[in-house]
Amino acid sequence: MQYIDLHAHMVSRTTDDYYAMALSGCKALTEPAFWAGYDRRSADVFADYFDHLTDFEPKRAAQYGIEHYTWLCLNPKEGEDRELTKQVLKIIPEFLDRPNVLGIGEIGLNRVTVNELETFKDHVELALEHNQLIHIHTPHLEDKWKGTKVIVDTLAANGRIDPSRVMIDHAEEHTVEMILANGFWTGLTLYPVTKVAPGRAIDVFERYGTERICVASACDWGASAPLAIPQFGFEMRRRGHSDELINEIVWNNPCRFLGQSPRFKFAPTRETAIAAD
Amino acid sequence: MSSYENTCPLSQQQLIDEYFMEHRVKVLDLAAFLDRFERSVDKNAEQDFRIVAFRESLRELISAAPGRVERVEMIFSDQSTELLPSLDRKAAYGASIRQQEHN
Repeated sequence: MQYIDLHAHMVSRTTDDYYAMALSGCKALTEPAFWAGYDRRSADVFADYFDHLTDFEPKRAAQYGIEHYTWLCLNPKEGEDRELTKQVLKIIPEFLDRPNVLGIGEIGLNRVTVNELETFKDHVELALEHNQLIHIHTPHLEDKWKGTKVIVDTLAANGRIDPSRVMIDHAEEHTVEMILANGFWTGLTLYPVTKVAPGRAIDVFERYGTERICVASACDWGASAPLAIPQFGFEMRRRGHSDELINEIVWNNPCRFLGQSPRFKFAPTRETAIAAD
Repeated sequence: MSSYENTCPLSQQQLIDEYFMEHRVKVLDLAAFLDRFERSVDKNAEQDFRIVAFRESLRELISAAPGRVERVEMIFSDQSTELLPSLDRKAAYGASIRQQEHN
């Protein structure tokens, strides 16, 4: 099985994880900019982070035969700070021409505040201005439904958004329908505790089909599994699904979404989506 | 846009044969947690918003209506769309304190 992990925070993972992912069939991954676990104090720190994501990390991944792509932003957990946001938004364009940058992300909301929403809108405008794909984080746990609804409504009201160029990630059963019904791509995060375990992700595919839905590990510095996608593949086979359907989810779908960027070099093994068994 | 009936490719018998043990233990974990909560040396959180939502969610597990997981997720959710005026905290609790206030 070959696969693409559309969401992996490799800056907080070890080289052993790269090795294990490579052994399990990972050919490419994309790394959205995220929260470091603490609030950064200046735009200079973000510049260093963006440099890491566009220089050091792709070199580290390449040692294991994995193509590393990235997304840039000030993440939702720091979005309350409007002054810092303005400074970071000014430096992001300096990095958009780096060869592994696919777009703006993971932007979105955390606690769904007034300032977070303004910061989200600013990033959307930046993406539109530079014709970038958009990768969106939806809030955690009790804020998931609310934040997803605010994000979907905000994008729908914008009028200039092509939903096929937007991935609204971290969906769960109670949010997936509103995302898909508005034409966006969505992602299921295969977390052991706080998001969607593989069995529940498979339930979503069985109920909604495979069109415009991806899976990812979203592995980071917390309790998460860099091998979540091969584990998902194993559970798919256990549930009686075909290798063709697994390939559709873990390879073709990420290729279809990410392939909208000319920088993404992998292609789906078939042109059109197939339905669930 | 979702389908429900007949969408799982395994028969009920296959589901039981393959998955019964790993779900049996989850039910026992829930039962043990509730016993542990009751045995607590200090009964100071009987109405904590998380345990209130937790107990409400358990009622959904024995509901006969399809869509149990969505209803459980909504029990744990803030169902308003009102923006917070400012950031109160970074982390989530897993259940909504605001939802309990609304109820």
